[in-house]
Amino acid sequence: MSDSTSTRAGLSDAALAELEKLGKRYPTREALLLPALWMVQQEHGWISQESMLYLAELLDVSPVRVYGVVSFYHMFHDRPPGRYNIQVCHTLSCSLRGAEAILSRLQERLGIGHHEVTADGRFMVTRVECLGACEHAPVCQINEDFEFDLTPEKLEAKLEQLP
Amino acid sequence: MTQRILSLHFDNTDSHLLATYEREGGYRIFRKALQMQPEAVVEEVKKSGLRGRGGAGFPAGVKWGFIPKDTKRPIYLCINADESEPGTFKDRYIMERDPHMLLEGILITCWAIKSSDCYIYIRGEYESTRKVLQAAVDEAYEAGYLGADVTGSGWRCDVTIHKGAGAYICGEETGLLESLEGKKGYPRIKPPFPAVVGLFQCPTIINNVETIASVPWILEHGGDAYAAIGVGKSTGTKLFCMSGHIQRPGVYEAPLGIPFREMLHDYAGGMRRADRPLKAVIPGGSSVPVLTAAEAMEAKLDYESLAELGTMLGSAGVIVIEEGTCMVWALATLTRFYADESCGQCTPCREGTGWVNDIIWRIEKGGATADEFAMVQNLTDNMTGTTICPLADACVMPVKSFLKKFGHEFEEHLQHGGCPQTQPVG
Repeated sequence: MSDSTSTRAGLSDAALAELEKLGKRYPTREALLLPALWMVQQEHGWISQESMLYLAELLDVSPVRVYGVVSFYHMFHDRPPGRYNIQVCHTLSCSLRGAEAILSRLQERLGIGHHEVTADGRFMVTRVECLGACEHAPVCQINEDFEFDLTPEKLEAKLEQLP
Repeated sequence: MTQRILSLHFDNTDSHLLATYEREGGYRIFRKALQMQPEAVVEEVKKSGLRGRGGAGFPAGVKWGFIPKDTKRPIYLCINADESEPGTFKDRYIMERDPHMLLEGILITCWAIKSSDCYIYIRGEYESTRKVLQAAVDEAYEAGYLGADVTGSGWRCDVTIHKGAGAYICGEETGLLESLEGKKGYPRIKPPFPAVVGLFQCPTIINNVETIASVPWILEHGGDAYAAIGVGKSTGTKLFCMSGHIQRPGVYEAPLGIPFREMLHDYAGGMRRADRPLKAVIPGGSSVPVLTAAEAMEAKLDYESLAELGTMLGSAGVIVIEEGTCMVWALATLTRFYADESCGQCTPCREGTGWVNDIIWRIEKGGATADEFAMVQNLTDNMTGTTICPLADACVMPVKSFLKKFGHEFEEHLQHGGCPQTQPVG
C-alpha cells in the first residue's frame, strides 16, 4: 500500500493501532470489518472504493465482500454525505406525532429529496426507520446526535444554530 | 404495589457511574455468584421463569441449558442491544442509566454458562448510548470487574462492544452473529441453533439487554421471589415502552399481567386529547397484530393474555393510536418499514414486502384496484412460514390484523380512490 493511498483512503496510525488492539478480542480478521469501516468513515467522512480495497487487503477478505457489507448497512456512506446528515424517523410512532410535516417542511426549505445533498454540501436529508426514541417522537438525528420532540419550527431553529 | 427491579436507579444522579452503582451495593451479587457452582446459577434463573425480553419470550435459563455439556470450544455470550423493533426504546434506558447493572448481569451469566467472552451488539444509531456504555466497560476493567483476573479470582472475562451500522435484521439473533463476524446480516437456517453452533462456529447464547439486566436481582432475591411477581408463566416485571397519542410517552416498569387500561391511565397519563378516544393499540412492537380499542381496554399485558387475544407481548413496545387516525396510512408506514428492512435473502420476503407496501400505499394515495387489494391476501399467505427468519411473518401480522379489524377503511379508500381524510395526521 503506497503512502499516498493510505493517507487518502486508509487509516491513520492511531486508528490502525486501535484496530490491532481490538483484533485481540476476535478470533478472525474478518470480524474487524465493521469496526474498521466505522474508523474509515470517522476519518474520511465516507467509504470510497479505494478505502474498500485498502480494508480488503488489511483484513484479508475479498474486495467484493467489503463492498457487499458497505452496501448492506444503511449507515455506511459510499459517497460523501452532506456535512450535516439530517435523519428523520418516519416509522409509525413518529408519524403519529407529525414526522411527515417535519419532513415536508425540511425538504421544501432545503430543496432536496431523500438522500440528496444541498449544492453547498452542507445538508443531506435522509428518511430513516425507527431510531428507538419513540417517547420523544417525532425525532431526528443530525449526524450522531438526537433531536427530540420536534416541530418544524424547532428543527428550523436548530439548523440555523449549526456552525 | 409498584415493583421496580430494572428502573430502580433510572432517575438517580450519576446512575451510570461505577461509584454510584457500588454505593448501592453493586457487583456484590456477582461476588456471591462467583462462590456458587455455575449450574446452581442456571438453576436459579430457570426457577425464576425469566423469559427473553427481546420479543420471543423463550425462558432464559432453559436456553442456557442447551449448550453442549462436553464442548471443548469457547462459549460466547452475545447481548442483543440492536433494539430496532418499531416502538421499542427500553434497552436504551438500561444502557444509559444503569449500564453497570447490565455488566453485572453479564458477569453472572458468563460465569453461569462458562463463557469468558461477551460481545454487546449495539445498533449504530445508539452512538451516544454506546459512549456511556463504553465508559462503564472501561470503568469495570479499571476496577478489576472485567479482564484477565476478575476480582482476583483468576477467572477471565472480557466484554467487547460491537457497533452495528443500521440494519433491523441484525436484531434477529443469527443475523446478529453474521454481522459480528463481519458479514451482511443474513439470518442463518436453524437448526443448528446458536447454543450448539453460533458465533465463530462455537456454542453461543444470545440474550436481550433487559433479560440479562434482570439477572442480578434474581440472584440476590432468589428465583422464587422473581417468579412470585407477575402472573402465571409471565413472571417478573417488564419495561413497557409507551408511545403514540398519549400524554406521557416513556418507559414504565410494571409487573407482567398489568391491565392495559392501568398502564394507559396511571402510567402514561391517558390519551393526549380528550376529544379523541382510543382507536387501536399495537401492544408488542410493530410486528404484532393490532388490537381494537375494545380489545385493548380489556387486555392484560403478559405473554399468555395477549396470545389469547391473538397478538403478542413481543418487546412490549406499546403504540397507542387515537380516533381520527387513518388506519390505511398507519399500516402503510409499517409496510414501508418491512420493505425497507427486508435483507433480501429470501424471495417471498424480498418481493412480498415490496409488493404489499406498494399496494397499501396506492390504496392510501389512490390508484389501487380491487383486484390488487385482493392480491394482498394471496401475497401475505405466500410470505407466511416460507422464509429463513420471521421478518416476513412480522410484516404479515400487522397487515392481516389491520385488514381484519379495520377492513372497512380499506374498502372506503378503494371506493373513494384514495384516503377520504384531507388533513395529515400528527
